[in-house]
Amino acid sequence: MATLELVLEEEVAVGSRRRRLGPLFWAAIAWMTFVFAVALMAEFLPLPDPTEMDMLERRAPFSALHWLGTDGLGRDELARLIFGARISLTVGLCAPIIGITIGGALGMLAGYFRGRFETLVVGSMDVLLAFPPLILALAVTAYLGQSLLNLTCILGVLGIPAFMRVARAATLMLARREFVIAAQALGATHARILLRELLPNVFLPLLAFFLLGVAVTIVVEGSLSFLGLGVPPPASSWGSMIGEGRESLEIAPRLAFLPAIAMFLTVLAFNLVGDTLRAFTDPRQGAL
Amino acid sequence: MTGQALLSVEQVAVDLPTPRGNLRAVDRVDLGVGAGRTLGIVGESGSGKTMLSRAILQLLPKKARLSGRVMFDGQDLGRLDPERLRQLRGRSLAVVFQDPMTSLNPVLTIGTQLIETLQEHLELDALAAKKRSVELLAAVGIPAPEQRLRQYPHQLSGGMRQRVAIAIALSCEPKLLIADEPTTALDVTIQAQILDLLAREQRRRHMAMILITHDLGVVAGRTDEVAVMYAGRVVERAPTRALFKKMRMPYTEALLAALPKIDAAPHTPLPAISGRPPDPTRPVQGCSFSPRCRYAVDQCQREKPLLSAAESPDHQFACFHPIEAGV
Amino acid sequence: MSASLLSVENLVVEYAVGGKTIHAVSGVSFEVARGETLGLVGESGCGKSTLGRAVLQLRRPVSGHVMFDGEDLTAMQGDALRRMRRRVQLIFQDPIASLNPRRRIGDIIAEPLVIAGVKDPGKRQQLVCEVLSAVGLDPALVIGRLPHEFSGGQCQRICIARALVLKPEFIVCDEPVSALDVSIRAQILNLLEAMKARFGLTLLFIAHDLAVVKAVSDRVAVMYLGRLCEVGPSEQLFVRPAHPYTALLIEAIPVPDPDVRPAESVAAGEPPSPMAPPSGCRFRTRCPRADNRCSDEVPELRAVAPGQFAACHHPLIPSA
Repeated sequence: MATLELVLEEEVAVGSRRRRLGPLFWAAIAWMTFVFAVALMAEFLPLPDPTEMDMLERRAPFSALHWLGTDGLGRDELARLIFGARISLTVGLCAPIIGITIGGALGMLAGYFRGRFETLVVGSMDVLLAFPPLILALAVTAYLGQSLLNLTCILGVLGIPAFMRVARAATLMLARREFVIAAQALGATHARILLRELLPNVFLPLLAFFLLGVAVTIVVEGSLSFLGLGVPPPASSWGSMIGEGRESLEIAPRLAFLPAIAMFLTVLAFNLVGDTLRAFTDPRQGAL
Repeated sequence: MTGQALLSVEQVAVDLPTPRGNLRAVDRVDLGVGAGRTLGIVGESGSGKTMLSRAILQLLPKKARLSGRVMFDGQDLGRLDPERLRQLRGRSLAVVFQDPMTSLNPVLTIGTQLIETLQEHLELDALAAKKRSVELLAAVGIPAPEQRLRQYPHQLSGGMRQRVAIAIALSCEPKLLIADEPTTALDVTIQAQILDLLAREQRRRHMAMILITHDLGVVAGRTDEVAVMYAGRVVERAPTRALFKKMRMPYTEALLAALPKIDAAPHTPLPAISGRPPDPTRPVQGCSFSPRCRYAVDQCQREKPLLSAAESPDHQFACFHPIEAGV
Repeated sequence: MSASLLSVENLVVEYAVGGKTIHAVSGVSFEVARGETLGLVGESGCGKSTLGRAVLQLRRPVSGHVMFDGEDLTAMQGDALRRMRRRVQLIFQDPIASLNPRRRIGDIIAEPLVIAGVKDPGKRQQLVCEVLSAVGLDPALVIGRLPHEFSGGQCQRICIARALVLKPEFIVCDEPVSALDVSIRAQILNLLEAMKARFGLTLLFIAHDLAVVKAVSDRVAVMYLGRLCEVGPSEQLFVRPAHPYTALLIEAIPVPDPDVRPAESVAAGEPPSPMAPPSGCRFRTRCPRADNRCSDEVPELRAVAPGQFAACHHPLIPSA
């Protein structure tokens, strides 16, 4: 009576998993790894102190002593770049982490429970979005002072609405699908449904967005530092280095361009990886 | 078959390149329809019936490669230039698709879509086109046709939308109508109405029709000839009556047997076909149906049977061990 | 009354869509005896899927009661309701969408066990393998894979396995074969019958295809626009329908026999919208037998033959 489904063919899993990750993707990964490694190990590398000023060697060209030359105050450019990477990456990663945890959670809850809770969440996010970010940053730094922590928090909070939107959109799409209703029919609690059924499906789009968010945050931090609103000296971030390099544009343009190139490559790498992950996001919907 | 067939499909094959290799969606199909006749094409998913209809219309995806010939009204459709082909489609060659929600433009009113078609192909002026549109909507059984002209597709029910799609298809008096699963998405009572409508219009206009479906019940009373497709090939082809009364192909027999019958007693076990429809990317050596066929022997697994005729030239099938005498 | 496992009393389900109310289910009552299969048939928009979900309290009814083995499901909340869910399960129409695309089959089928509190992973594994074999799938080949690697028919088997793993007493099958190929439908229907026999199940089988419903049901209930038109034993209902709508449905079925000429469809028109159902008998706008009484008075289900009830003022079989 019940017909036995004879063997399930081997074919299925093998071929389809391999989505082509091109050389660009790997180059991006390589660069990201390099920057991370170098930033992490900054103290152990044989670099001169980035804050040590050598007034006789100001704006020195590339040399064996200073591989990338020195800046306007005689500080070693390479060392500054590497320590600058730390700042940019710290803010670049930590701020979106605030965004993805709080925004992601709010978005999932809003998309799942709907109703008044959703209206409340969406409304407050809209209010937050309406604040001009730069003014907000200015206000907060003026009130609380400039520091790495404050900067990270501001940028983190400013990123929450975007993550909320992404999480909510993904959840809305999924919450109507039968497998969620099936879980309800099995007697799963809301918590279980959110964590076991919805989160694994929402996670990838959120992660892809996260990487893009890192890229954006690095640039925003760079802009703020460029304007002098970011991390206070003597700490250097790529943005503040570009700002300082502005004065020397005719004599030593490299002082502005080197950090700009570093930022550009890093942001590009994050974008590439984020985009590839987004393409990965759709679970393959069966055959042709 | 007397007379020149209006549509003649000759050794048509469709190949699609996929990451997993070449996919032969349609494998050397021969078919024909004469004016005023109805051909039913029956097949499940993966049988290639939809690809075949696209091939006839020359509307295949870009990557697809078409071989063979499609002759329509004496012209080789594959050799026509795009402008002539465009004029032919909609005018002499019309299509009704399965899902009227996607085949109608959701942002244009019914009236606009109908009138546009009429103006484009028949070159009527706006007033004449509007009058004709109202006539058409009434002919397909839509109440209050003048009001409908101003409505959008989403304001109509599924059955209504499909009637509108039929009206658009019939508006230019086509010689051939291809209906690709026109009632699959509709309820059974509406299905009966739509099929009646198509039959009526066909008789009135002496139009040729191809009815593509997965439901043997739909073709039984409404077609002159039936072609059964499996894994991209036509496996049996016969006048309708002969197909049901004297079927030769085990797949056709199994398909018919697997349908729950309204007059069978409840809880009668259904003779199910084991296994599942073939994966077009992994062609089977030998007969595609052999893994599921209860009559299969060695030869079936080694060689592919060709479509050949038995006692009567109208009735063709592709099987080494066809079923003998009728039901 | 103790023979009936499920008893639905005057169930009303309504929901709001953009300011308007959809009267999906308007006072439906029926019973399902233990070990029986009740088929529920109707076209789209009649409310049968909503009814199925309302029985399981996945959509809370506005009024009415659902008595399961003596307990009122409509009055239950929270944990009590969750515990009850182990005894009643649901199988959906779209088998692929019913499975979480990111979880492995083994996890999906073990999920009900985890929720029910089966702590031992070994025991869970054993139960999962048992139920997979029961539905005709080889556990070793299936457990580690993801849903997208399977066909529609296989996914439906997996869904059936998931519904069976807790050994429920009652399963609501909501159009379980409509999305499947014709050649696969028979397999799944046979499987359901086999599982019913093996696990001693009671089924509520919802579908729009009469022939499919008849093939698996002991009794059939016909639904139109939120109300039941007719209820009766399968064979009897199809041989002698009492309600004009049932007759219309039977007539409209395409018969795979070329000698049977399809009758020119008798009832014209389309079903009215569930937002504005006609007064009195809801079928009257399409019924050739309708008269004034039909628009004034709502017909109740009345016996027209042993075990057969029709809600019609002018049934095809005069009332007993």
